[in-house]
Amino acid sequence: MDMASIVRLLPTPEAHELLELAEELAEKELAPKVDDFEARGEFPREIIRTLGRSGLLGLPYAEEFGGAAQPYEVYLQVLEVLATRWAAVAEAISVHTLACYPLYYHGTAEQKERWLPSMLGGELLGAYCLSEPAGGSDAANLTTKAALTDGQYLINGTKAWITHGGVADFYNVFCRTSGPGASGISCLLAEAGTPGLNPQARERTMGLKSSPVAQIAFDNAPVTADRLIGQEGEGFRIAMGALDSGRLGIAACAVGLAQGALDYATGYARERTQFGKPIIDFQGLSFMLSDAATQIAAARALTLYAARLRDLGRPYSIEAAKAKLFATDMAMKVTTDMVQVLGGAGYVADHPVERYFREAKVLQIVEGTNQIQRLVIARSLAKG
Amino acid sequence: MKIVVLVKQVPDSGAERNLRAEDNTVDRASANNVINEMDEYAIEEALRLQEAHGGEVTVLTMGPQRATESIRKALSMGPDGAVHVVDDALSGTDALGTSKVLAKALERLNADVIICGAESTDARGQVLPHMLAERLGVAALTGARKLTVDGSQLTIERQTEEGYEVVTAATPAIVSVWDTINEPRYPSFKGIMAAKKKPVETLSIADLGVDAGEVGWAGAQTTVKEHTKRPPRSAGQKVTDSGEGGVALVDYLSSEKFV
Repeated sequence: MDMASIVRLLPTPEAHELLELAEELAEKELAPKVDDFEARGEFPREIIRTLGRSGLLGLPYAEEFGGAAQPYEVYLQVLEVLATRWAAVAEAISVHTLACYPLYYHGTAEQKERWLPSMLGGELLGAYCLSEPAGGSDAANLTTKAALTDGQYLINGTKAWITHGGVADFYNVFCRTSGPGASGISCLLAEAGTPGLNPQARERTMGLKSSPVAQIAFDNAPVTADRLIGQEGEGFRIAMGALDSGRLGIAACAVGLAQGALDYATGYARERTQFGKPIIDFQGLSFMLSDAATQIAAARALTLYAARLRDLGRPYSIEAAKAKLFATDMAMKVTTDMVQVLGGAGYVADHPVERYFREAKVLQIVEGTNQIQRLVIARSLAKG
Repeated sequence: MKIVVLVKQVPDSGAERNLRAEDNTVDRASANNVINEMDEYAIEEALRLQEAHGGEVTVLTMGPQRATESIRKALSMGPDGAVHVVDDALSGTDALGTSKVLAKALERLNADVIICGAESTDARGQVLPHMLAERLGVAALTGARKLTVDGSQLTIERQTEEGYEVVTAATPAIVSVWDTINEPRYPSFKGIMAAKKKPVETLSIADLGVDAGEVGWAGAQTTVKEHTKRPPRSAGQKVTDSGEGGVALVDYLSSEKFV
């Protein structure tokens, strides 16, 4: 069962048309170019602009600000389709959507009117700066400081693991504006090009090589006070809320990536013959494919279940944590097995399964490690 | 500037296509039907003209009811509206009859520039722009790889096997384009939504003052008498390299005009 034959439960006819558009873009824009960009480690800025012009950079946000007013269950399936072909591009859209979250949900009417249309319009790209070299999971103890003087904050400190570091047009920066702990954190919306906002050298990553990840060093970077999103001290709450949604995005990327690996390995197993028959006719191998197909279907269902809770306005953060945990662990297992299906061929870059395998690993780490997801779930169980 | 783009729905050239056994016409019912690929370049060129010079872009299609899907797809790229000539009597119409019907529709639309693909992927005749120019009494600027507009003066670079020719004409004129002319845009989600609300005028041949006897099987001046399946791919030509293999390859590529 390949991507095209997945039966999708979508809420509207327009959602089907959106998915068709996503599939067309995935086939024509992503599939022919991914290998080249990944091999060279080049960020596909123009391709993301093309997707932006088609409206894919503001899907879950309201039309009045230039979004497409799509529910999360539809937006996530678009991400999934893109991730079957090119996980870094799907991740870019997920990160950008995450980076629009603070302003959309916590900005004032004036702030939204001023900045959101261009952020959702497809030409700009966002980044989300929460982690630091000394702490990612322990976000409440972040140390980057912002001091308010004469109507502007001066930011000092270093953010780490910033997707789109150096290529983003705007950065959400979570920084300490008062005392210790979660209640001292605020969210600032900084523009790229702000003096003292200095993207560092790109990290040399294992996978998603076309996606730039870098530290951002802040050296007295001035951000005017009208760019404070929410109230001072609300930053941690904003960050955690955004991450609940971001986790769903990563879960969808994991489902798509695993589906891409399964599709490829299945095609290979039908063609490749050993002992006079296609290797898919050997049960030891075909059962790996069966298990993968089942795990992917389960991860998709769990992810969309969490998304539907969100769309209904119900609490969904525990379900989002479960979906992120399950889908990304699933993607690691499935991509490992799909390399195995191809045997030696799976270990070389002539086939994409080794790329899927390298890419799956990071999904277990970003947007809250899978240990943090387990912690979130365990706390909810302990509370009863 | 009033621009009309001709759009034809054709069977997907990426899939296997067949002629029907009973009447030697293209089997459209069992095919995945899409916009003729070259027409997407025509739409893009029309939209670029509109962006640069203002005016409106209208899509004109002759085809059965299901061609509506291709019209909506075309409109989702940006044109303002469409005219769909649809009539049971048109089944079996040849190129000459098609040009008669489209010319009548074009007379009503009063276009400054008519843009179409240089050929369709199903018939590949490349005759329609010439026939339409003759019927309408306008200039035919065909096979363009570049189009520029200066007031009422149109200039194209006509692509040839050796290079290109510069051809100019005053509006109104018909321009046919190759896929070297631009890179067609993708529809946007907003464009898909907007396309549902754009006007699509449906016309019958009676509306155009064309008699049923002039079109369809009855009016066709050409007939396909028989067809055979394309032969399976042959073994090809093998070059044994005894030191001269590279030269033989270059000779072959050069004789086929690949290099």
